[in-house]
Amino acid sequence: MKYSIFSLIHQAFRQQQDWKPAWREPEPKREYDIIIIGGGGHGLATAYYLAKEHGLRNIAVVEKGYIGGGSVGRNTTIVRSNYQEPGNIPFYEWSLKLWEGLEQDFNYNAMMSQRGVLNLYHSDSQRDEYARRGNAMMMHGVKADLLDRDGVRALVPFLDFENGRFPIQGGLLQKRGGTARHDAVAWGFARGADSRGVDILQNTEVKQIRVENGRTIGVETNRGFIGAKKIGLAAAGNTTRVAETAGLRLPIESYVLQAFVTEAIKPLIPCVVTFGGGHFYISQSDKGGLVFGASLDGYTSYAARGNLPGVEDTIEEAMAIMPGISRVRLLRHWGGIMDMSMDGSPIIDKTHIDGLYLNCGWCYGGFKATPGSGWCFAHLIATNETHPNAKALRLDRFATGHVIDESGTGAQPNLH
Amino acid sequence: MRIKCPYCGERDSQEFSFLGQADLVRPDPDGTDAQQAFHDYVHIRPNPAGVNRELWLHAHGCRSWIIVERNTLTHAISSVEYASPRFREKAQ
Repeated sequence: MKYSIFSLIHQAFRQQQDWKPAWREPEPKREYDIIIIGGGGHGLATAYYLAKEHGLRNIAVVEKGYIGGGSVGRNTTIVRSNYQEPGNIPFYEWSLKLWEGLEQDFNYNAMMSQRGVLNLYHSDSQRDEYARRGNAMMMHGVKADLLDRDGVRALVPFLDFENGRFPIQGGLLQKRGGTARHDAVAWGFARGADSRGVDILQNTEVKQIRVENGRTIGVETNRGFIGAKKIGLAAAGNTTRVAETAGLRLPIESYVLQAFVTEAIKPLIPCVVTFGGGHFYISQSDKGGLVFGASLDGYTSYAARGNLPGVEDTIEEAMAIMPGISRVRLLRHWGGIMDMSMDGSPIIDKTHIDGLYLNCGWCYGGFKATPGSGWCFAHLIATNETHPNAKALRLDRFATGHVIDESGTGAQPNLH
Repeated sequence: MRIKCPYCGERDSQEFSFLGQADLVRPDPDGTDAQQAFHDYVHIRPNPAGVNRELWLHAHGCRSWIIVERNTLTHAISSVEYASPRFREKAQ
């Protein structure tokens, strides 16, 4: 069923009784051409583009829980392409271009809102650094605006401009950045993939990737063995756990990142605002809640919940730029497991095992990459060739020295 | 989370800073497979879901390097000892 104004009117006359489920609950087949492990944003997007762009049909997405239950449903919904490193910009810009046409493409309301992303700077040297980043973006054809203090004041007048420790001097604005409704992105891709014949197998946990003579032959799951000629691994925080069943050792560590949402208030924050004195980002959802987050809890963890030092740190950063929200009550905070790569940039590549493809290392920047990652990963799986926009995101870059270290902190994942 | 420092006793985890995987051994730079060995040493991690051995520094305390055995699923700490064998012997 195509969603449109006519389907809405039609349903209105039928008391909304005729809506069909957006995707099926199929039984697993004995064998598929392609299995995608992980029913998150990236896995579903990959299946969607495999079906839509490459005309492949015999595909399954296996998910151990329910689709969209991991990081795609736990993030702070920010979409942007304000990167600096050569390998990253073309990829993230391609992803942002896909975002811009996504809702029409998969016929689902993902509430994509290009309200702008504003990175505040607090010192002269940080201004120079942001100017450099803006220049790097513009050299790749991505528009960036360097605002002075008055420019920021016109946009977000309620910030603490005279903060003693971190006075706000200005900001770098990417107007095309913004936010999207994260769950709807997963659901939209799932519906689009399902309607093209992709089987979405929820509550199907991969216990082992089976490899014979250097080739993948399928996966052992809690619902039995499912054969597959090609396997795409998009398991985010659990990547290394699944990969090690195929004997793969990866430059990945898993950490917890927390996110927060407050009670709904009237429209206040018109764009995404990030704090340059630390690491903090905040936006306001269409429902009115303030959605924000900061850095990782500093040590490896698979516990999808946050700890109090992280909460305290985040709130302190919020107060450094927005003391006005100090009396707003927190509704929820939660944690998600991040697959932190050793240089802070992702990996979309083949492995030494024939038929096993890897999509991981998204650190805590995976949401904005969802369509781009799906597009490039689908291209890799379908054609066995790396997509030009993802050619720097190689697994062997750690061995060859071509790392993409956006933050310049080295092989120390908790600092990225 | 609290960590029981062998010198200072039980302290809040915020006094400590996390370096990462313990027991990584710097490879021999003159070895035949040195390039691969250094790649693994710098970049490849076991990342277990369960008990792991980690290096922590009691940065806002006695400044000892310690090895913490911690479960990454529950954050429960099963043992803490000095990283340096010399200090480990002294403590016994």
